[in-house]
Amino acid sequence: MLSRRIIPCLDVRDGRVVKGVRFRDHVDMGDIAELALRYRDAGADELVFYDITASPQGRSVDRGWIERVSRLLDIPFCVAGGIRDVDTARAVLHAGADKVSINTPALERPALIGELAAEFGVQCVVVGVDSVREDDGRWRVRTHTGDPERTRAPGRLTLDWLAEAQRLGAGEIVLNCIASDGVRGGYDLAQLRAARTACRVPLVASGGAGTPAHFAEVFREADVDGALAASVFHAGVIEIPALKRYLRGEGVEVRDA
Amino acid sequence: MRVAVVDAGGANLGSVAYALQRLGVAPEVTASAQALRAADRVVLPGVSTAATVMRRLRELDLVETLRGLRVPLLGVCVGMQLLFEHSEEDDTPCLGLLPGRVARLPDAPGVRVPHMGWNTLEPERAAPLAEGIGAGERAYFVHSYAAPVTADCVLASAHGRRFAAAVQRGAVAGVQFHPERSAAVGARILRNFLEGRA
Repeated sequence: MLSRRIIPCLDVRDGRVVKGVRFRDHVDMGDIAELALRYRDAGADELVFYDITASPQGRSVDRGWIERVSRLLDIPFCVAGGIRDVDTARAVLHAGADKVSINTPALERPALIGELAAEFGVQCVVVGVDSVREDDGRWRVRTHTGDPERTRAPGRLTLDWLAEAQRLGAGEIVLNCIASDGVRGGYDLAQLRAARTACRVPLVASGGAGTPAHFAEVFREADVDGALAASVFHAGVIEIPALKRYLRGEGVEVRDA
Repeated sequence: MRVAVVDAGGANLGSVAYALQRLGVAPEVTASAQALRAADRVVLPGVSTAATVMRRLRELDLVETLRGLRVPLLGVCVGMQLLFEHSEEDDTPCLGLLPGRVARLPDAPGVRVPHMGWNTLEPERAAPLAEGIGAGERAYFVHSYAAPVTADCVLASAHGRRFAAAVQRGAVAGVQFHPERSAAVGARILRNFLEGRA
């Protein structure tokens, strides 16, 4: 039986893992490969590396660290941030990443999704979506969320965008619910449930994990395939082996570390 | 031991080569028929589509070389699908080293395609490739098409329907999952392949 995935997300800047405090004042957390292996040993099912320098600064991803991680790591990993074209995606995938995740560039030019799917297969193409409920009660996407001062609201309805992204060739959706992100009050179950009905490809929940119960809840109630989290893992608030033991006790199918 | 990894343009080439390096071998990534014939082991990886990889193998004039190999051959992911006669993906004729046709996984309620993640393996029959892999152990899968469970299937898995997760017939072997990303289970499979007798 397919297990539900636990996915730590690591922010990368200039080849190091960093932790942002309100998107600013990044604290160095250590070497990428060292942290990647530590999470692998703890039982992470997959890792996401978000290159926070590449995206807002319009720079391309540095493939040196991707290659280093790929040499050492024996679980899958995805690279996000700074991927705007087929050539960059190719460089990232050939350096050893299993998947690329695109967010703002996909909204700016949706054809990019199809180009990547045609070139590398849908299984390599993850579309990240940042979304928030607006005053009229509907969810709409945000772009450029890597930098709060540049974040924009293009007006696109989230559920429409999920349908279009899949039609174009998205092989997986990561839905980051902005309002719950970083608050540790639980995943946005209402939004993820709505997204689930709109996704026939794997759906990964992002934003809001604070306790092991939040993971059990999002798997059970929103039927997501994976749950992504950052701060609770980095801060040691939740240890992955204990989380998996808890989830198994709750009847959630997980992989042994 | 000379291990050749076929460079058919797939994006996981590097990852497969690194996984072999972690086991202490120095694989040669190559598109040369001569290098394949001189190797003791040949690995055929493949990320993208059956049609793309087959086209590339034809362009490189490697189809007959792969069909005529006497040394152990391991197909990975799409590389395993190509071992069969035909793939439903773009209606592609494949290498035909194993009988059977590769078909798309069914969309069903609660069954997401692509099949992505860690799924359980069920031993179908004893084989050198699957030695030491017990029922319920997990490997990492990413695919939308899959081969049927035939007499060549040594490990099965299920997603919407049962399919072949690993096959072996004589010197021809394949895994649908990614051994290079399947932690200890993946390393064991690769070691079995390297140590298996031709």
